[in-house]
Amino acid sequence: MARDDAPWKPSRLAALGRIGDLVENVTRPAMTRVVRRGFPYTAPTVPRGVEVPAEEERLGASYDTEWARRAPARFVRRGLVNGPIRWMVRSVASPSVYGTDRLSDPARRDDPPALIFAPNHHSHLDTALMATAVPEPWRSKLVVAAAADYFFDKRWKATLASLSLNAIPIDREVTGRKSSEMIKALVEDGWSLVIYPEGGRSPDGWGQDFKGGAAYLSSRTGAPVVPVFIDGTGSIFGKGAKRPRAGTTKVVFGRPLTAADGENTRRFSARIEAAVTALGDESLTDYWTARRRAARGESPRLTGPEYTGWRRQWALSERRALGTAGVRRRQKRRWPDLG
Amino acid sequence: MPRPGFVLDVDRSTPPILFWRGENFSLEKLPAGRSRVIYAPEPLPAIEDVDGAIVHALLHPIDQDPLPALLFPGMKLTIAFDDVSLPLPKMRRPDIRQRIIEAVLDMAAEAGVDDVHIISALALHRRMTEAELRHAVGDRVYDAFAPRGHLYQHDAEDPEALTYLGTTPHGEDVEINKRAAESDLLVYVNINLVAMDGGWKSTATGLSSYKSLRHHHNPETMTHSRSFMDQHRSELHKSNWRMGKVLLDSGVKVFQIETTLNTDTFPSPFNFLSKREWEWSPRDRMTYLGTTKALNRTPHRLARNIFHSIEAPHQMTSVQAGEVEAVHRITTANVYEQQLVEVKGQTDILTMGIPYISPYNVHSILNPILVQVMALGYYFNMYRGAPLVREGGAIIMTHPCRPEFNPVHHPSYIDFFEQVLADTTDPHVMSQKWEKQYAEDEWYKHLYRTSYAYHGVHPFYMWYWGTHAMKHCSRVIVVGGDPKTVRRLGFVPASTMDDALEIASDVVGRAPTITHLHTPPLLVADVSV
Repeated sequence: MARDDAPWKPSRLAALGRIGDLVENVTRPAMTRVVRRGFPYTAPTVPRGVEVPAEEERLGASYDTEWARRAPARFVRRGLVNGPIRWMVRSVASPSVYGTDRLSDPARRDDPPALIFAPNHHSHLDTALMATAVPEPWRSKLVVAAAADYFFDKRWKATLASLSLNAIPIDREVTGRKSSEMIKALVEDGWSLVIYPEGGRSPDGWGQDFKGGAAYLSSRTGAPVVPVFIDGTGSIFGKGAKRPRAGTTKVVFGRPLTAADGENTRRFSARIEAAVTALGDESLTDYWTARRRAARGESPRLTGPEYTGWRRQWALSERRALGTAGVRRRQKRRWPDLG
Repeated sequence: MPRPGFVLDVDRSTPPILFWRGENFSLEKLPAGRSRVIYAPEPLPAIEDVDGAIVHALLHPIDQDPLPALLFPGMKLTIAFDDVSLPLPKMRRPDIRQRIIEAVLDMAAEAGVDDVHIISALALHRRMTEAELRHAVGDRVYDAFAPRGHLYQHDAEDPEALTYLGTTPHGEDVEINKRAAESDLLVYVNINLVAMDGGWKSTATGLSSYKSLRHHHNPETMTHSRSFMDQHRSELHKSNWRMGKVLLDSGVKVFQIETTLNTDTFPSPFNFLSKREWEWSPRDRMTYLGTTKALNRTPHRLARNIFHSIEAPHQMTSVQAGEVEAVHRITTANVYEQQLVEVKGQTDILTMGIPYISPYNVHSILNPILVQVMALGYYFNMYRGAPLVREGGAIIMTHPCRPEFNPVHHPSYIDFFEQVLADTTDPHVMSQKWEKQYAEDEWYKHLYRTSYAYHGVHPFYMWYWGTHAMKHCSRVIVVGGDPKTVRRLGFVPASTMDDALEIASDVVGRAPTITHLHTPPLLVADVSV
C-alpha cells in the first residue's frame, strides 16, 4: 500500500504483475493436472534411438495461402481494403492515379483476362497503394507476390499478409518451380498478380535493376504484364524509415505488354523495365517529352547515375524536386510586403 | 450476329411506339394498316484490339505511304481532330481521338519529330472547354501540349492564323488554318458518326473560315443536297471536294484517319431506347415507367444535366488511314453497313421524336432553332435515294420546343429568334437580308473567339440545313411544343398525336400512310420508289 504522502504512485506494471499472479494462481493447478496425465494430453516423448523426421516447413515459400482466397477471407479483406487500408493510404499517401484508361479494352471484355502488375518498389506502402489503385475488375481478384523470407518467416506475419493483402510467398532471387506453378494455377483461375520485378525495396531511393520474375511468369501463364510506376512512397516511408511522413504519391499505369514471338524472358523483362522507366519520365515531365526521350533511348534511368556517394543522393534530390510526389512540405509563411 | 434494320408494318397488335420528346419520352399508338416503323440495325461487333487496329491502319494506309515514312526530324507536323460535336452522345473514355493521337505521337517521337501542333477543327462552332478537350484527347496529351500552347482550337476569325489558298473553278474561296496549310504533314483524326462526316469536309470545313464556308453553307447548296448522307448527290460535298482539290494543288499534304462507330448508343439502364417495343422485358417496362414519371417531375435544367452526363458505350467498328478520298470511300461503306435500312416507297407523313441532343448543343440547350435543324436538317435527310416523305407530305415531330437558349453558347441564336424569325422564315430572304449583319457583328466575333459561343452566322446555317425539307413538305407539325415558339418557327403546334394527324389531313387526306423514324440509334433509310 502506497503512502499518501509518497512522491510516486504504484506503476501500472505493478498492477499488471498482480493480475498475472492472480491468473497463474488460477491456471497452475489445472495445468499441473494436465501435465501429470501426460500423453495424449501432452506431446509424446521420443523413444531413444529413434529419429523423428523433420516436419515439412510450413512457413516461408511453403506457406499455404489457399485459405485467404476463400469466401470468408475475401469478405473480410474487402472490408479491410475498402475501409482501414484505403483510409490509411489516403491519409498518408494521397495518391493520384493516372493511366487506367490504358486498361479499358481488357476491362470491357465479358471475361476480363488476368493481368500481372509490375510496379517499381520503394516502400511497404506500395502494396497498400496497389491494393487500392488497381482498377476493377482486377482489384477484387488480386494477389500480391511478397518476399517469402520477410513476410512469411513468422506465422503471425504470414497470416496478416495473406488476410489483409492476399499476399502469396515468392522467392526474391529466383522464381521457384513451386511458386510459378502456384501462380500459373491462380492466373488460370482468374486471379491477377502484383509482383515487384526489382525483388525488394530500394535501398537508397533510386530504383534497382529488374529481375526476370514478371516476364517469366507472364511467359508461363500467358497473362499480359502491366507496367506501373509509383512515385513518392520512398520519401514517405522508404526503407529504413522509422515512421511514415505524410505526403503525396502518383501511380501511373501503362499499356499491357505481352512477350513477342521468340522474345526470351531477359529481353521481355528489359522491355518491361523500359516501359516503367518511360512511365517514370512521363510522371515527372509529360507524355510527349517522355515518348520522345524513350524513342531516343534517353529516358532518365530509374536506377540513377552510375556514380556513388553523395553525388548519387544529390542527383536523387534533384530528381525528386522535379516531381510533385513526395513528402508534404509546409508552405512558407508569407509576410505582407511592407515596402 | 446483330440483326439488320427492320421495317415494321403496324397492325392492331403492335404496341405503342416510343417517341423522344427532348429530355423525356412518350409512347404513341400509330394507326394500324397504314403505318410503319423503321428500326435501326443492331450494333455491329466492335474491333477487339483497338490499338492494334489503329497501328495497322497507320502502317498500311490506303493510296499513301505508311505514316512513319512521312515523318522526319525537323518537320512541322499538325494533328487536327473533330470537335465536341462528335460523337453523340460523347463516348466513354478513352475517346477514339485520344487513342489515334497517341499512336500518331508515338510514331512521331520515333521519327524524331519535335514540332507538333494539335488543333481542334471546330470551324464556326463554339470553342471546347478544358474538360471537353481532356475528354477528347486524354489527359496525357492535354497536359503535354496545352501548357506549351501547342494544343489549341482553330480560330476562324483570326486573320493572322489563316491562309488564303485560292479559288475553285466555281469561284469558291479557299481559306484554311495557316499552321495546317504550312505544315509538312497534316494528320486529320476523324470520327464518322454519319455518312455526311469526313472526307474533304473534315479539312475544307473544319479548318476554314466564314469566307470559305459561305460558299457551301447557303440555301442554294442545301436545297441541292439530296441528301447530305449521299455524298454523290450532295452539293455540299461536291463543293468541299472542289476545295479539297485546291488544298492538294496548293501543296497541303493530308494524311486522313477516319473511324466508324457502332450504334451502341445508350448504357445499360437505358437499353429500352434501342430496343423494339415488343421485345421490352419487364425490367425495360419498369425502367421506362420509372424514368418518364421521374422526368415529368424533374426540373428541366436537372433533367438536361442528367441526359448530358450520359456517356455512350460506342465502340469502333473500323479505322482506315491514307489518302482522303480513298479512305472516305471505305469509311462511307462501313457507315452504310451499320446504318442502312432498305425501305420501299415514300410516305405521306413522316413522324419523328426529337431527342435532347444535337451536334450543336453538347452540354447545352436544344433551343427551337436546333429542334428545327434536328428535324428538317438531320432526320429528314437520313435517306439515300428519295426522301422518306413524298413531296407535299407532312412531318410530325414530338418535342416540347421551349423558348429556352443558352446565352453563353448561343448568343446570336437569341437575336436570330427574336429578330430574324420575326421577320421571315424563308432561308433565301434571310440570307440576303440578315446574314451579313450577323456574320460580321464584332460582338459575336468577340464571343466566338474568347468565350464559348457559336459564331454569329451559325443560326443561319442551322436554318439553311432545313431548306430542302421546308420546300419539300407542305406542313410541319410539332406535338407538345410551346405554341407561340412553334408558330415563330413557321410550324403548326398540336397537343397530341391524334390532333397532329387531324391537322395533317388537310394536306395528305383522311387516310395517309405514316412512317416513323425510330431513332436514335442512327439509321439511314435506303428508299426505293
